[in-house]
Amino acid sequence: MEHSPAEAVGTGAVGSGRPVAAATGVSKSFGATKALIDAHIAIRPGEAHALVGRNGAGKSTLVSLLTGLNKPDTGQITFDDVPAPPLSDRARWQSKVACVYQKSTIIPSLSVVENFYLNRQGRGVRPIGWRHLAAQAADVLAEYDIAVDPTAPASALAVDERQMLEIARALSFGAKFIILDEPTAQLDGAKITRLFDRLRRLQRSGVALLFISHHLSEVYEICDRVTVYRDARHILTAPVAGLDKDELIEAMTGEDRAARSVLTASSFLAGDAGRAPALRISGLSLQDVFTGFDVSVRAGEIVGLAGAGGSGVVTVGETAAGLHKPSSGSIEVAGRAVKTGDVTAALRAGIGFVPEDRHAQGVIPLRPIAENITLTATDRLGRRGFFTTGQMNTAGAKLMRRLDVKAEGPQQPVSALSGGNQQKVVMGRALANSPKALVLIRPTAGVDVKSKESLLGTVQQAAEDGCGALLVSDELDDLRIAHRVLVMFKGRVVCELPSGWDDNELIAAIEGLDHIEDPDHIEDLRRVEGLNHLEGTGHE
Amino acid sequence: MSEATTMSEAAGTGTATAAVRGGWSRTRWLREFSLIPAMALLVLIGFIESPDFLTGDNFLAMLQQSTELSVLVLAEAVILIGGRMDLSLESTVTLAPVVALWLVLPTSGSRFNGLGFGAEWLAIPICLLVGAAVGAVNGFLILKMNLNGFVVTLGMLTMLHGLVIVIDGGQTIFTLPSSFAYLGRHDWLGLPVSVWVCGLLFAVGIAALGWYRHGRALYAIGGNPAAAKAAGIRVERTIWIVLIIGSVLAAFAGMLYTGRLGSASASSGTGKIFEVFAATVIGGVSMNGGRGSLFGALTGVLTLKLIENVLTFGHVSADKIEFFNGVVILVALIVSRYTSGAAQD
Repeated sequence: MEHSPAEAVGTGAVGSGRPVAAATGVSKSFGATKALIDAHIAIRPGEAHALVGRNGAGKSTLVSLLTGLNKPDTGQITFDDVPAPPLSDRARWQSKVACVYQKSTIIPSLSVVENFYLNRQGRGVRPIGWRHLAAQAADVLAEYDIAVDPTAPASALAVDERQMLEIARALSFGAKFIILDEPTAQLDGAKITRLFDRLRRLQRSGVALLFISHHLSEVYEICDRVTVYRDARHILTAPVAGLDKDELIEAMTGEDRAARSVLTASSFLAGDAGRAPALRISGLSLQDVFTGFDVSVRAGEIVGLAGAGGSGVVTVGETAAGLHKPSSGSIEVAGRAVKTGDVTAALRAGIGFVPEDRHAQGVIPLRPIAENITLTATDRLGRRGFFTTGQMNTAGAKLMRRLDVKAEGPQQPVSALSGGNQQKVVMGRALANSPKALVLIRPTAGVDVKSKESLLGTVQQAAEDGCGALLVSDELDDLRIAHRVLVMFKGRVVCELPSGWDDNELIAAIEGLDHIEDPDHIEDLRRVEGLNHLEGTGHE
Repeated sequence: MSEATTMSEAAGTGTATAAVRGGWSRTRWLREFSLIPAMALLVLIGFIESPDFLTGDNFLAMLQQSTELSVLVLAEAVILIGGRMDLSLESTVTLAPVVALWLVLPTSGSRFNGLGFGAEWLAIPICLLVGAAVGAVNGFLILKMNLNGFVVTLGMLTMLHGLVIVIDGGQTIFTLPSSFAYLGRHDWLGLPVSVWVCGLLFAVGIAALGWYRHGRALYAIGGNPAAAKAAGIRVERTIWIVLIIGSVLAAFAGMLYTGRLGSASASSGTGKIFEVFAATVIGGVSMNGGRGSLFGALTGVLTLKLIENVLTFGHVSADKIEFFNGVVILVALIVSRYTSGAAQD
């Protein structure tokens, strides 16, 4: 392959010549919505360029323009100072720019080799030489360090392997410019490290990257320059080195630092020792996933549950919400036993649940907000299961106000909302039936800074109103609102940290390091974990 | 296109050793044959039942009776792999030959009078053209007007069935042009012509879907249309072509059927589409697209036909045969679910 990381091209230094890709003065409207207004960006050869901005800033629109999925209303896209090809000429676009979208374009039912050579397995009347293609693919995959059998179905690949397959495929068209749209969203720590290693190698070989992420620490980790968009406009472009985090956040939010709240655990007074805990889990085990999990969450308390991918924390949360039948153990809500492995029973007992994956388990995208947000509480909307749309909208609007969902109204379909607002709808759904206990799995995954604060604020409010919350997350910012944090490693709780923990201490526990010998290593881990996100300020 | 360079550059440096066909690993290769044990078992049962079962004559008859269903299954399998479905194939089976006969048969002299339009040899091309037209209309409604494929083809199914009755006045046509009769009646090297042609069609289909880019594109489209589009595949055009090919095959199946029975009528083949779906799914083709193979679909047809044959030899009376056919479909589905080891969807 021409542009393999193995053959490093030139010095690998960031060039300053003609931009490998540029947008100048581009505007784009979808109906009444102005998605981009006179925006610009220029990516130099071999640089890693970050594009950041809150949901709705215009990042996705810019990506669609740069990849030839949409045409700008005004302005121009150029590659190496040459105007972009017409939208219909996919082959030429593919030779200019490659994009790894959040949504995978790997077809799981087809083999790895076939995905790699999709629609170019062979040409003309000669039959496809599968043996030959597989051999070729094996070589390319080896270059990219992807250790998979090319004849295996792509569904057998791990998330990061699929991503690398997409990147490798994109580069095989000859593109020198790759757009990565939130590539780390679905990866855990070790995989992010691996991805970053590979990206750096690609960059050294002369490939330019446009990196889109909500995690500013990742931007500092691998990017040379950063461009900030806000409300469809270009705000700033600057070298990452020497740019203060607060300045960056300011550019994104348009508010200065003083106005931003820094979330910390509110004081929790352990009164009422005699009352039954809001949520008590004892001896909960699930074969091969976790063993002997105990926790007692009092009313008003937020308990964090932290662990890396594979530690079993997500499954603990799902089991508590009734999605899995545990092999042993019991769950009590406010002193009453709950039938395990039964979501309906868990809901009835008063467990509110925010699932891990908002797209797959959280929302019904085409249905209105009101319908989604009241889905767990339809029995409360009217008598004997009969309710009118009016009743549903009233209840929905009330919840929307409580959660600060920004939308046209309760009848707007959820799919029209930004990620942050969709997540608020999921949170609202968990709160709709006035739960006594909340089980939240990564409740702020993939949302912008403001929505994150709003969501965590809602959890704190619910706790103040007397709810007990079990907060499963690997993001330090989420865990800061917890009164104590349990850390799980390989299916067992390894330690409990009271509020005010030290970041390094928590990360060490999550990664399964008993004592910290090398502070640099922890620092590395912390950065690549993406654990130390935007507001790394109020804490040390 | 840069693919030419990238593909030739890396040529000849083989490291992968796994047996590959269609980029499949050995386990999936085995899945292709998942119905073979079931078929062997059926043959054994038949053999125990009657000495007349395991004879060349019986198997030839069975093969010939399977040809129409096989061709229909070929058509439906290709469409399903592309992620669509076509219910109207069933009506195309009767419509295409009836229209062809109506156009070419003389205006007087027999019980059914045609229009006397052109020579008799035109019957086959007209028949296939009618099929192509049905597929083209389906494609237009589904792809250009963005109507729901299930309901469009359901509407077509009913409408075309009604159209046949309008044309033939509800009667059966017994006069056939010699070309139709030839397909149904003649042998080449001891095998009926229809079996040869059917085998050839499957061979072409298997080769196209296994070893040609446009065939593989169908799997990509069925698996994830957005990804296929991003890879430069012309999704709509491909699907449209597939719908047309499917309907042409259905018209051809109608020709075989008419030739074998020596007659054409609106009522022949009613309800056949469900048998088609049953055979296709039993043969491992996914109803959701992107998965399955034509060879698997063929084993599905043969399994169903073997079961039917075994039931006949077991003296299951005609009034019970429909009940048993239903049972058999369900049992075959369950069996193939476990032999293939994959959840059906």
